[in-house]
Amino acid sequence: MGANHDDHHHAPDGRGRALRLGVGGPVGSGKTALVAALCRTLGTSLSLGVVTNDIYTTEDADFLRRAGVLDPERILAVETGCCPHTAIRDDIAANLDAVETLEHRFGPLDLVIVESGGDNLTATFSRGLADAQIFVLDVSGGDKVPRKGGPGVTTADLLVINKTDLASMVGADLSVMDRDAAKVRGDRPVLFTSIRQDPSAATVAAWVSEQVTAWSHAHASAVS
Amino acid sequence: MNAALLLLTDSRLPAGGHAHSGGTERAIASGAVHDVPSLARFLRGRLHVAGTLSAALTAAAALQAAHPAADPTRPPAAPRPGSATPAATPVLAARGVRPDAGGGAALEQPQPIGDAAAESKAVAGGGAAPEARHITGGAGWGGAAGSPWARLDEEVDARTASPAQRDASRTQGRLLLRVARRVWPSEVLDELARDVPNPHHPLALGVAAHAAGATPEEAAMAAAYHAISGPATAAVRLLGLDPVAVHALLADFAPDLAAVAAEACLAATSAFTDPAVPRWEALPAYSAPALDLLAEQHMQAEVRLFVS
Amino acid sequence: MRARAAVATGLSSDGRTVVSRMASAPPLTLRQTGPCAVHLISTAAGPLGGDRLALDVDVAARTTLELGSVASTLVLPGEGESELLVTARVGAGATLRFAPEPTVLAAGCDHRLIVRLALEPDATVLWREEIVFGRYGEEPGRCHARFDATFGDGRPLLRQEFTVGDRALDTSPAVYGTARCVGTTFLTATAKEPLVADGVAVLPLAVSGTLVSALGGDAVELRSRLEWGERAVSVGGDDSVADGGRGREPGIQ
Repeated sequence: MGANHDDHHHAPDGRGRALRLGVGGPVGSGKTALVAALCRTLGTSLSLGVVTNDIYTTEDADFLRRAGVLDPERILAVETGCCPHTAIRDDIAANLDAVETLEHRFGPLDLVIVESGGDNLTATFSRGLADAQIFVLDVSGGDKVPRKGGPGVTTADLLVINKTDLASMVGADLSVMDRDAAKVRGDRPVLFTSIRQDPSAATVAAWVSEQVTAWSHAHASAVS
Repeated sequence: MNAALLLLTDSRLPAGGHAHSGGTERAIASGAVHDVPSLARFLRGRLHVAGTLSAALTAAAALQAAHPAADPTRPPAAPRPGSATPAATPVLAARGVRPDAGGGAALEQPQPIGDAAAESKAVAGGGAAPEARHITGGAGWGGAAGSPWARLDEEVDARTASPAQRDASRTQGRLLLRVARRVWPSEVLDELARDVPNPHHPLALGVAAHAAGATPEEAAMAAAYHAISGPATAAVRLLGLDPVAVHALLADFAPDLAAVAAEACLAATSAFTDPAVPRWEALPAYSAPALDLLAEQHMQAEVRLFVS
Repeated sequence: MRARAAVATGLSSDGRTVVSRMASAPPLTLRQTGPCAVHLISTAAGPLGGDRLALDVDVAARTTLELGSVASTLVLPGEGESELLVTARVGAGATLRFAPEPTVLAAGCDHRLIVRLALEPDATVLWREEIVFGRYGEEPGRCHARFDATFGDGRPLLRQEFTVGDRALDTSPAVYGTARCVGTTFLTATAKEPLVADGVAVLPLAVSGTLVSALGGDAVELRSRLEWGERAVSVGGDDSVADGGRGREPGIQ
């Protein structure tokens, strides 16, 4: 890692660069599966890069590389020193460096996805790192999780509730989750999905695609 | 003390430092560090050996940043007669740091190669094509030919035998440089970024400290503290040590930090008596073999929480 | 005692190496032991505190020299500090193998070991140094070793410094830990990738060349670890230092 891209930092307005999408959520909620699905669905029409933040070494990056959804070189792993939330919120330097390295190597990109290490409900992405963020929950954590809120659930641009196929098995009431989420999130969207049943994550991919389009219109390079 | 030093040494400085353990993670995995006393032994060696080295290099960068000779647009200075063969300047005065250490840190001037050496260096410099190497991971050559920053950077390279340690240093240097350019915008930081986009950490820290208004000795102090603060935090996280006990340990190192910074700054100052022809070869070159082994073992490890 | 010994090679008219100069200065006594081989044999105890010893090695272009010693060097205390300064120049296309027996630091010694190695283009070098912290069961005295390898134009290739004698630092898990000896082998050949095994690492240097760095419980273990690393470099390494090392720039060119 480590490209000669020292001046990217001086374009904080985001002109001429890819949309940076954060994907966060608790351990096991399906972040990596969602990222793989997005790569699978969007990879043919968009130029993508992925940064993973594993708690342990490069497991998620390796999973994505094995999944064969993206050129393995477009997936970079960042170690977070036991503190996945620090790496996406308080000290985003290593993640920014990885994002910019991808942009430098493969740019221009349309979308860079930064997947956080599995963390708790309070972890959110710094606006200095992610332009938009998705928070992933799954039904097996219980239908009370949306009600408990926390910055991830309340402020993410999109809340994805995954593994809906398991709802009946774990006794989770999706309508309760929907109602509670709406209560704490206001107008911000919530999507229910089961990546196992829909490996393309079509609804989430459509939302991401809209974000990319809006971003590229708003942040086209000035004069190049 | 300059208040900017507080920002530079704050563990919350968003320059990626939190994910580096400086060999601590591997030392813990091997069992060598397992409690507060063994952490104290680890940190003492780390501070006096690796810390003195990086503090001297950091002070050197701060001195060079403060001097107009760092301006690469300035024509290269012609070596003056005899300038390549000055007498070694010992830094024995600072040996109070390690009164028992053998031989002192008196800096041996390597055998001069002759005046032609200085001459060809001044005009030829590196001459490499840096981009290709930087993309492949920063393991390598500094940057712009003839730049005083590239020259100092290659002195750091020569003192860092472990590729894993070179990578960790360049990664931290690059991240710090980019943070510093936004926090303390200055020409000299831009100059460093232009000449050595992936600088070793001591260069970035020394120049950032200068840009923030700190003295070379304060820069050296920041480097010395950096040599132990991150590793200490990593041990707290990995071993669940009592954070108060570890902070008490760091407090006990206060005199050592001051002594290391003084020794390092004196070494750098002695090497910089003639800014037109800095004798960076005379800087210390302390090696810590165990840290090199730990750094390489860490890179080979299957499971890793920290970058280094 | 002050002594300055020297050994130099030259090229014969038929292109073979001849040892063209061999100046012994006790305790540094030199003996030619092969066509291209010279050994140091001790003809006095020491070095002792107060001794100032120097050895100059000059390997002429396109010649080969192997320099060894018949026994380890036991550094003893005396009046003040002892010093051994080794200055070596390896000419263009020349080959030097410097592999003496270990330096053993006896209790109370105060030794300084300085090596200045200058490499001309296409030089091939193996340079081994081993330091043993005291004889069996003995606490070592002090030692300060500095090694500088530079290119002919003065650019640095490797600089390192070891100090021994401050127990709190020597036994730090960051420095030597539980080891009783430290050793390095510098090679101009460049290992393809870093390697690490118990107590030894093969470290490709930034520009070109390799450092094998090892720690050991005793001299035998240290030697076997260094030799393992040296073999790894010569087997897997890029021996084309003659072509400028890794990537041609800025190696020995």
